[in-house]
Amino acid sequence: MKIAVCIKRVPDSETRVKIASDGKSLDEAGVKFILNPYDEFAVEEGLRLKEKAGTGEVVVIALGPAAAQETIRTALAMGADRGVLLQTQGLHPDGLETAKALAAELKGAGFDVILLGKMAIDDYNHQVGPMVAELLDLPCVTTVTHLEIVGGKGTAEREIEGGVEVVAFPLPAVLTTDKGLNEPRYPALKGIMAAKKKPLEVKPTAPGPGALEILSLTLPPERQAGKIVGEGPAAVAELVRLLREEAKVL
Amino acid sequence: MSNVLAVLEQRDGAIRKVSYEVVTGARRLADALGGGAGVDALILATGPVQGADQLGRFGADRVVTLTNVAFGRYAPEGYARAIADGVNAGGYGVVVFAASATGKDLAPRVAARLGRPLVQDITDVTAAAGAVIATRPVYAGKALLRVRVAGSPVMLSLRPNVFTPVQRPKAGAQESASVDGSAGRVIVTQIKAAPAGTLDVAEAPIVVSGGRGLKDPANFKVLEALAAAFAGRAAVGASRAVVDAGWRPHADQVGQTGKTVSPTLYVAVGISGAIQHLAGMRTSKVIVAINKDKDAPIFKVADYGIVGDLFEVVPRLTEEIRKLHG
Ligand SMILES: Cc1cc2nc3c(=O)[nH]c(=O)nc-3n(C[C@H](O)[C@H](O)[C@H](O)COP(=O)(O)OP(=O)(O)OC[C@H]3O[C@@H](n4cnc5c(N)ncnc54)[C@H](O)[C@@H]3O)c2cc1C
Repeated sequence: MKIAVCIKRVPDSETRVKIASDGKSLDEAGVKFILNPYDEFAVEEGLRLKEKAGTGEVVVIALGPAAAQETIRTALAMGADRGVLLQTQGLHPDGLETAKALAAELKGAGFDVILLGKMAIDDYNHQVGPMVAELLDLPCVTTVTHLEIVGGKGTAEREIEGGVEVVAFPLPAVLTTDKGLNEPRYPALKGIMAAKKKPLEVKPTAPGPGALEILSLTLPPERQAGKIVGEGPAAVAELVRLLREEAKVL
Repeated sequence: MSNVLAVLEQRDGAIRKVSYEVVTGARRLADALGGGAGVDALILATGPVQGADQLGRFGADRVVTLTNVAFGRYAPEGYARAIADGVNAGGYGVVVFAASATGKDLAPRVAARLGRPLVQDITDVTAAAGAVIATRPVYAGKALLRVRVAGSPVMLSLRPNVFTPVQRPKAGAQESASVDGSAGRVIVTQIKAAPAGTLDVAEAPIVVSGGRGLKDPANFKVLEALAAAFAGRAAVGASRAVVDAGWRPHADQVGQTGKTVSPTLYVAVGISGAIQHLAGMRTSKVIVAINKDKDAPIFKVADYGIVGDLFEVVPRLTEEIRKLHG
């Protein structure tokens, strides 16, 4: 089975956000970058699909700056076979342009399954997977929490409000992964050593400018420092009064 | 000015509540754009949809139901095709979806078909000089990104619970047309529904969430009792710590790797307030924290806090809420 996993280098989820002097981007000084957590599920699922098939290849593809080579190495250390970096100068907010660049790389390469995380934890765009699928005219299931593939056909489950959808689809297909699908493995020392020797191809890429113009990136309004109503059950009556009369939510 | 299209959702032949928010948001934007822009509401279904006749009161000038035997359940490819065709035929300037489980899947497909960018999960929208400006949380809600969209149609999805439905005294015209089409290659074969009456945390107006402070999965009955006291308006949520421990299903998890919620009232019980948890609930209108540690970070975002043992505080709160609801 031939599997592609699209991954992204993102700031660690613990990052304290500081806005850069342009007022439109993140100040990256001192920020630690990681493999997007949702993409870890995608890498893990790709490895499992290959292991189950007993044969095949897992190719990780990242669109990003030169430093994303490190992110690709993380996926290679988990067990992926080779990596491709679509190297760009900085990323922009238009997910469709990201999808076009990825689709151009994926097109005609004969992948049976293309996996992506359901979203990236930096831009929260939540759209690149299904856009790639549309551009390649492939079936797609998003936010997958359970997956079974047997003989060219797949069944997936995805959470919807108040339930779970069970979805049937044919291969080749694009799938986006959600938490709950699997437990991603930690790269073992052996894997980390092996990853250094795995092929990593760098291709300069220039996505289009897109049609979204960033006006500003700002910190959200601080929530008003709240008040401690009191201690223990004795404070409950006052809390309920405040919720009714001050906050007016009851 | 070209019109705004609100793409709505139905389940089992009834309009979903989030759709009223979509119509409200679409109306607000149409009014901001000016020039007499109208709002059309679009529903895909197998036949007449319950609640469609109410949409005029939320701002729809025209309600169009596209019917096809394949449109009972969500059919990603069939829906995307029918909607993209509708957008092209209608020459819409703006298309608005809900950032629900379905909307977040459907909107990118329609956008890609139309070759247009998508601003997903927005919390605010305005217009300036005829251009749409949308705001959305990024970096787990730690920052807000404002973008201007060039060209048309402008594709947006609205975060649930943010665009509070506003009623106005007006009826919308109803139209129904059967359309050609099929479900496509991706088929929803079954919906495993949660027990009847359970609200989803992402859509409930009140969320009562529990964390590791609950100490044991069985103790969640304390929170279920509190939620029940709100008479069908509250859902029980959970921190990742208790979801990872297997105490609660992942569907209930609030936070960066769970759901983003914006209820009117969020009650955090025995939850410390880790940054990844805050990512999922900081846009709630009012936050209440109950925690025995007065230094817990959750108190920094809570509007109201009670320092104390949840096993003493919550039952008392449940009693008081029950009294309110008679
Ligand atoms: C990549 C990543 C993603 C993550 N995503 C999420 C996410 O989506 N959602 C999420 O929630 N977390 C997420 N986390 C985990 C997060 O960092 C915290 O570990 C988690 O939120 C802690 O859960 P908690 O508050 O229930 O537990 P704890 O931090 O252990 O807090 C328990 C609290 O209960 C209080 N308490 C104990 N006993 C009582 C009592 N009797 N009465 C009152 N209070 C009591 C304690 O004082 C304490 O504050 C993520 C972490 C990472 C690294």
